[in-house]
Amino acid sequence: MTDAPRSVFPHRHLLGIEGLSPLDIQALLDLADQQVEVSRQIEKSKSSLRGRTQINLFFEASTRTQSSFEIAGKRLGADVMNMQVGSSSVKKGETLIDTAVTLNAMRPDIIVVRHHAAGAVHLLAQKVDCSVVNAGDGAHEHPTQALLDALTIRRNKGRIEGLTVAICGDILHSRVARSNMILLAAMGARVRLVAPSTLLPPGIARLGFETFTSMKEGLKDADIVMMLRLQRERMNGSFVPSVKEYFRFYGLDQEKLAFAKPDALVMHPGPMNRGVEISSDVADGPQSLIREQVEMGVAVRMAVLEALASHLPNR
Amino acid sequence: MSSQPILFKNARLIDPAGDREERGGVLVRDGFIQAVGPQVAEAADAQVIDCGGQVLSPGLIDMRAFIGEPGGPYRETLKSAGEAAAAGGVTTVVSMPDTSPALDDPAVIDFIVRRARDTSIVNICPAAALTKGLEGQEMVEIGRLKEAGAIAFTDGARSLTNAQVMRRALTYARDFDALIIHHVEDPDLVGQGVMNEGEFASRLGLPGIPREAETVMLERDIRLVRLTGGRYHAAMISCADSAEIMRRAKQDVLPVTCGVSINHLALNENDIGDYRTFLKLSPPLRHEDDRQAMIEALADGTIDVIVSDHNPQDVENKRLPFAEAADGAVGLETLLSAALRLVHSDRISLPKLLRALSTKPAEILGLPGGRLAVGAPADLIVFDPDAPYVLDKRQLKSLSKNTPFDEARLEGRVSTTMVAGRVVFQHDTM
Repeated sequence: MTDAPRSVFPHRHLLGIEGLSPLDIQALLDLADQQVEVSRQIEKSKSSLRGRTQINLFFEASTRTQSSFEIAGKRLGADVMNMQVGSSSVKKGETLIDTAVTLNAMRPDIIVVRHHAAGAVHLLAQKVDCSVVNAGDGAHEHPTQALLDALTIRRNKGRIEGLTVAICGDILHSRVARSNMILLAAMGARVRLVAPSTLLPPGIARLGFETFTSMKEGLKDADIVMMLRLQRERMNGSFVPSVKEYFRFYGLDQEKLAFAKPDALVMHPGPMNRGVEISSDVADGPQSLIREQVEMGVAVRMAVLEALASHLPNR
Repeated sequence: MSSQPILFKNARLIDPAGDREERGGVLVRDGFIQAVGPQVAEAADAQVIDCGGQVLSPGLIDMRAFIGEPGGPYRETLKSAGEAAAAGGVTTVVSMPDTSPALDDPAVIDFIVRRARDTSIVNICPAAALTKGLEGQEMVEIGRLKEAGAIAFTDGARSLTNAQVMRRALTYARDFDALIIHHVEDPDLVGQGVMNEGEFASRLGLPGIPREAETVMLERDIRLVRLTGGRYHAAMISCADSAEIMRRAKQDVLPVTCGVSINHLALNENDIGDYRTFLKLSPPLRHEDDRQAMIEALADGTIDVIVSDHNPQDVENKRLPFAEAADGAVGLETLLSAALRLVHSDRISLPKLLRALSTKPAEILGLPGGRLAVGAPADLIVFDPDAPYVLDKRQLKSLSKNTPFDEARLEGRVSTTMVAGRVVFQHDTM
């Protein structure tokens, strides 16, 4: 495989889907398609990031996203370092900036950041000289998740434009939902949001998204059903009354999936709560793309790292 | 299954739904009204009940009654409450969830529905708790409870002080078109209070409850309804300012309704007299000016429904110093008679009164009753609005006798009560 052409991606950071043009997104997806092929070879290594230092700075615990970024960086030949920061030691904005300044002095080329506070990654990006990738900031954005979802959809449906995508569940607290909403709408999909009103962000309908509080109506004729994770602390009477009730009305089982198109595909960003937002038979069933999403995650992150690397100095 | 039809004839028909009053009859078959009007043909096989010119109207629907089952069967059971209701002309009772255990679980609602079907002669529609254990912290399974038969959601005699919980509950309930009923009385403002705050309380040396305990909570709720769009019913209002708040909310076309207890229409704080604990209520009886404001608000439609607020308490809970006695009074059996006082004093017309006692509750709860129309359930009452009697509490069918109307002269007495086409009560003298 040849290295990606330079300047395919005109941004120094990837902080969110917001701000990307459809062409930017398409370029990343095209590049990611190539990375899928790389990852499926026995010899999976490339050299596009050789000599580069990638720091994965995770203020919030994450297994899959962090390992996905780590594998992606390593397959591109980067030196990858994981930094787990105990969230208790970084509650103050000052500490976040101090951390950024300290890391910056070590001259990394790319920092991948996850933080529990919306906007924290933007703040950090202002304080460093290298490229920054947002691996999730609070309930704001998780751009690589949206890209991997888009890649998965495109590879299975052949397109994104014109598809009806129902995003279901805890939209209020979900960065995955926000990034996906923006990306899918930008690429011409019809985006529906399906959730109890307590889990819908206030005013979201005014942003042009169709909202539904019933799965039956929301899933009708959907091509893609994208489920979201419901955090445990939100299940017990605060936002929804109970797991039982949530599953009864909003959990994706075969019965509710039948409201969607017969060839509808099911997605979930993981980790799943089986029996809460999704039943096991749907999660493991023939319409599920959930495992494929994980594979696409590595490819998309390789594409993002490589695209950003093309802007790094000394190139 | 076909049963013998019943023909009510020679009645003064009052259909509060259509504001219609005429002489005529009603033919009932298989639990439903089959014909109604001035010319109802006599069916050959029908059992005939001659109403003797008395009023025939839809049965009353009482949106607020506390029943001791499960957990307090010595106060009232579904059976005894049913008998009391039937004697008072109440054909549907909304039971409050303040039981032990509280009605906060689909299995318990299911139990009440089945138990009521087996033991009660009137319709019992359980209202489920709004929060788990009535503790005001976590909302209940509104969707599953509604499927199990919960007709509305309320923490019963308790107010929900946490505005965030109320906001989320209203928001969530809207998705299920569930009705939230709220007792508007801020417990912090109530504090140690036991009766209406003011001159009379000061004279009795009793700590008072300011009207603001009600208005602050009601005002908050109205704002949360405006924010969320949830369907909301203030269980009982008791003072003039509250009526004003409701009036404004209705002008703004918010999905809000409210009730008033019969006690607040018929009595005022002075009736407490010499520390009569049967008149210790929540909300407390207010000043005569407030009572007058309640009657006006009822007449102009600001107040939608009248409830009995039936709350049976045994002697041990009432034969105590006023401040230590339990709140509440029984009311199912006296609801109609006490309400008729307003008709006899020309404050409201009989059809309008019956509207607040049957048609409006049916509309708010989404029940098919509350009207004299073909196809409506045959939940009917026949009563003489002028029949005088003196209430003797020992005659009450309720297991508890804590009535504020003991030895009161009342006018208007039910002679026949029919539920689902079956005569469940007939007054002895008829």
